[in-house]
Amino acid sequence: MRKSYGDPIAEDLRYVVKSVVGEENFIDMIPNRSNNYCCGGGGGFLQSGYKEQRLEYGRLKDAQIKATGADYCIAGCHNCHAQIHELSEHYGSNYPVVHMWTLICLSLGILGPNEREYLGDDLKEVLVFHPESAM
Amino acid sequence: MAEEAIKLGREKKSIFIDKVKELIPDGGNLNLCLTCGACSSGCPATGLEGMDPRKFLRMAALGLDEEIVASNWPWMCTMCQRCVYVCPMKIDIPQLVFNARTLRPREERPKGILGSCDMALRNDSGSAMGTSPEDFDFVVGDVLEEYQESQPEFADMQAPIDKQGAEFFLNQNSREPVTEPDEMVPLWKILHLAGADWTYGSKGWGGENYCLFLADNESWEKLTRNTAGQASALGCTTYLNTE
Repeated sequence: MRKSYGDPIAEDLRYVVKSVVGEENFIDMIPNRSNNYCCGGGGGFLQSGYKEQRLEYGRLKDAQIKATGADYCIAGCHNCHAQIHELSEHYGSNYPVVHMWTLICLSLGILGPNEREYLGDDLKEVLVFHPESAM
Repeated sequence: MAEEAIKLGREKKSIFIDKVKELIPDGGNLNLCLTCGACSSGCPATGLEGMDPRKFLRMAALGLDEEIVASNWPWMCTMCQRCVYVCPMKIDIPQLVFNARTLRPREERPKGILGSCDMALRNDSGSAMGTSPEDFDFVVGDVLEEYQESQPEFADMQAPIDKQGAEFFLNQNSREPVTEPDEMVPLWKILHLAGADWTYGSKGWGGENYCLFLADNESWEKLTRNTAGQASALGCTTYLNTE
């Protein structure tokens, strides 16, 4: 969205995130907006076969995320999710990486037991919608 | 000082950078580099394969086309455009990188990207995993039914495919229906609660486009026309790209 429409449109997404997690729990990484660094999942890198170089590329992104001290990282798309999830494990910080839809549904109290694959242990059992439907 | 201007011996041949200049608006400002290095200092791909954006542009400007073809670096740049953002001359290095990907024969480009593009061309889905429209239809229907029953508050929730006249055309990363179908549901719920009138398409539901990353322009266009055409045929007014 930011790439196509510029920084102002991405502020709408910050509004959503803050509404869902609470203003005080939102931490922007530095640098941010158009000065931010790409995670390295895009452009076909994930499927290119250059895994070692892809993880090296992502070292900067991992350091940036760690520096926020945040408990969770929200990824905007699938490519970013796959890459940052791998960075989190590869560089040993193991911070959970989640999709936006997961947090929206969690905040609304409608996130079922089978929709929590990427939540960390601290939120796995919180506000489970229809826990009896666990598979 | 020389009496006359020094003339370089060789004739200027048509080089890669000139072809790219013709392709993109304002020639991508490719001849305006001040060599300041702002691009390279903030590029996560700097250092990979001994390369960085400034070096890459200098190589192209010097006509070192063979070295560019031999480098794997264009496949390690994600074309994120940060270099353009910080460049005082707004030089379009990512377009130079993208077009460098076309310099190798299609079959010599990275196998994983090639395979994902070929999979997407197998059927109307446009899915990099090769999933057929029938399989997608089955998984979506099966998961929806399961959730309508186990979470009765969502008994009326829909996940339509080819709903004529829906406002939003939604595409879908193929990894979810294939490997983690439960992950499709939270978005369905949000759309349901928001009262959005939306639909998937039996054609072009796959959200990813590896033919773009492969720099196979013809196939990239084919996949894009396929999904955009389906959204138009259904009369949808907004295309929601989840990728």
